[in-house]
Amino acid sequence: MNYVVQRLLTFPLILLGVSVLVFVSIRMVPGDAITAMLGTEAGLLTPAQRSALAAYFGIDQPVWSQYLRWLSGLFQGDLGISSIYGKPVLAIIIERFPLTLQLALMSMVIALSVGVPLGVFAATRNEKPSDLIVRMLAMLGQSTPSFVIGVLIIYVLSVFFGFVPAMGTFTPLFVDPLASIGQLIFPAITLGFAFAASVTRISRSAMLDVLSDDYIRTARSKGASQRSVVWRHALPNALIPVVTLSGVEFGYLLGGAVIVEQIFALPGLGRLVLDAITQRDYALVQGTVLFIAFNFLLVNLLVDLAYVALDPRIRIGGR
Amino acid sequence: MTPLLSVRDLRVGFGQNPAANEVVKGVSFDLAAGETLAIVGESGSGKSVTALSVNRLVDFGGGRITNGSIILQRSDGSTLDVAKAEEKVLRTIRGRDVGMIFQEPMTSLNPVHTVGAQIEEAFKLNRGLHGAEAERAALDVLDRVRIPDAKSRLAYYPHQLSGGMRQRVMIAMALASSPRLLIADEPTTALDVTVQAQIMALLAELRAETGMSMIFITHDIGLVAGIADRIMVMQHGLAVEQNTTDAVLDNPQHDYTKHLLNAVPHFTSGKAVRADGERAATSEPIIKVDDLVVRFPVKKGLFQPKGAIHAVDGVSFDLMPGETLAIVGESGSGKSTTARAILGLVEKHRGAIAAKPGRSRRPIQMVFQDPFASLNPRLNVEALMAEPAIANGQKLDDALRDRMRFLLDRVGLPADVLNRYPHQFSGGQRQRLCIARVLMLNPDVVVLDEAVSALDVSVQARVLDLLVDLQREFSLAYLFISHDMAVVERIAHRIAVMYAGQIVEIGEARSVLSDPQHSYTKRLISAVPAIERRRQHFAIDATQVPSLVRPAGYEPPPANWREAGQDHRVRIEEAK
Repeated sequence: MNYVVQRLLTFPLILLGVSVLVFVSIRMVPGDAITAMLGTEAGLLTPAQRSALAAYFGIDQPVWSQYLRWLSGLFQGDLGISSIYGKPVLAIIIERFPLTLQLALMSMVIALSVGVPLGVFAATRNEKPSDLIVRMLAMLGQSTPSFVIGVLIIYVLSVFFGFVPAMGTFTPLFVDPLASIGQLIFPAITLGFAFAASVTRISRSAMLDVLSDDYIRTARSKGASQRSVVWRHALPNALIPVVTLSGVEFGYLLGGAVIVEQIFALPGLGRLVLDAITQRDYALVQGTVLFIAFNFLLVNLLVDLAYVALDPRIRIGGR
Repeated sequence: MTPLLSVRDLRVGFGQNPAANEVVKGVSFDLAAGETLAIVGESGSGKSVTALSVNRLVDFGGGRITNGSIILQRSDGSTLDVAKAEEKVLRTIRGRDVGMIFQEPMTSLNPVHTVGAQIEEAFKLNRGLHGAEAERAALDVLDRVRIPDAKSRLAYYPHQLSGGMRQRVMIAMALASSPRLLIADEPTTALDVTVQAQIMALLAELRAETGMSMIFITHDIGLVAGIADRIMVMQHGLAVEQNTTDAVLDNPQHDYTKHLLNAVPHFTSGKAVRADGERAATSEPIIKVDDLVVRFPVKKGLFQPKGAIHAVDGVSFDLMPGETLAIVGESGSGKSTTARAILGLVEKHRGAIAAKPGRSRRPIQMVFQDPFASLNPRLNVEALMAEPAIANGQKLDDALRDRMRFLLDRVGLPADVLNRYPHQFSGGQRQRLCIARVLMLNPDVVVLDEAVSALDVSVQARVLDLLVDLQREFSLAYLFISHDMAVVERIAHRIAVMYAGQIVEIGEARSVLSDPQHSYTKRLISAVPAIERRRQHFAIDATQVPSLVRPAGYEPPPANWREAGQDHRVRIEEAK
């Protein structure tokens, strides 16, 4: 418990660092914000209109004073107003995040429920044909870009089944759970494919390591069956690397999946950030990146707590 | 009467072509009910593979039985040829008819399950017990292996127990189904010598209580002298000699058995100490350690006061040029920390370490325990040996290469090994390489931290001889850190016994080993297995080492010493 509090106390410091980095780097991108916002129409502006616009967005001030203003807003729960949408950044994030969270969770469930059993299966059949097939599949899954899988899925669905997944707007889970899951199932499979492949590989190698440990021999010397040896004695010891990998992947997915969102026309965080960057929506970039960084820290903390739950040596400590 | 186990012409191979890669090459033996057979041999002799074949665990290590039979009499009276049995049948003999305990209690228990759950599993698998019944049985068997406070230990995880306790848990698990045969594969090798004595005494008592047979695998013929009925000596996959224990020990027939009995260090209570190296009272010590204290802080929590582990507490000694001072003690006694502090590898809390300016700028060098881990596998011998010299500002030139060849010759390695890599050498050769490396800078003092402990017994003997020769040739002083009394007896001029961070007894080797004064030294020495004391029996002694974690600001009471002879001092024990 003490540990969790200590970790939570470090969050503001890290987030502060992230915010400075984002704040400065987005302003270092060449080209000015007004041109990026208005496109070719920016050429029609008079210098006076230009500076009036700059004053309106507050970007005529020196960077440090812009930062301080933004920071003081942050402490009041105000992330600023998006220049693209003309709405508060926080409201936009709250609108977009459920889709991204649900997509990430569904991908992870798919990846773990396919990857772990496959990896365990391959490890117990080490170097046999079935192991080689699993390893080849995993290699294929890792090396195929997600847009290929996504396009393939859409192609097969629409050409052979005449089915087009719902696009554009997102049905939240609490409005219509079935429709919501149905809408995200194919994007989740697309994302889960490579994720599952990584999980398969890492759980296979972790299981191989564990299966040659001394306590596995001990379990066998007691007369334990192969099933008990694999699932009861070996797997709990092999899960730590799987949890580590899942945490990292899940953290990335919470930042949005740009390509898959694009292919399936989903309004997630990934496309939001992309739009914000290309159109120099400073407030939106700053807000979403900070939010994504916070999520990442939270996931990392959860991963560490999962270690504690999995391994009594961490939980209880030495003598 | 048919024997419990009858092994005939057993051959076991490994790899793709097991018949061509045999590790066990035709071993036969019988084991009667209630009898204990010791299989003695060095690494690679096939002793463990032979034992693992009896319950076919060898299959999981990649081994295949290519020939022979293993006829086991089962508890229901039927007989089974284990060598040809199916995995399904084998599962019913493992645990039920044949129990097994292993060498490494640290890694042989599953770290994610409680001790209780692991013992209960054995009862569930072999006796069909469940729930509260299994728990009661587990508690009962923990009591039988003399684990104090057994009830609360059931909820412990393996990492919360000491090595000796873990090995008791292993034994408890193996006893769960009252097997008729217990295979013990080097069960005490990883343990401290006093703990080893406790486990051996426990096994002997359990054997008497249950009447089970035992196969005891070991590299230490002295260890099994007291427990075995018969001894089988193995070398290169063959049983070179087998007979009753007395016949093997008193009248060995095979050369290899004789070698194991004579050339290998066995503890003889000070009779085998070195005769050379009279201590010259006039000369100045090369290292003088005065009141050395090393502490490691422990954090207890945010608001609780901090304490410290008193790893070394007020250690003082002198090391004279050309002499060997052995520091003996068990794990956690602070002997290695003392050595590391002398080299500046750990920071000292207090005390003075004075080294007389010597022949070179780096007068103290160190050889470590594990010759496999202490040589960088990516560097060849030339680079490895050049390392200390280069670190000292010398150039890798012909003169340096000449010195390498000279030293390699001295440690018994051919000069043409300079381009080879560590994996091309055996363990003994690697340790010779490490010794040659520390001599590169022409030191006055070599600290040897368990330098022969990882080596096979006969290799150990040769490396010890080498060390003695080198000591004379280069007039080296050795600080020899070891837990092994038999090894220490062969090399030490003087011995310091460490216990719980302090020296409790120090003096001339023969005097300390033959006439120990401090209660801990006595306990340590009586725990050392010795062939000549094999008929002596020891009671189980469960004295625990006191905790070294002290509250902040704690200072130990000052040490009082008494003289127990010329150059033999003993710390006076507090009356309890």
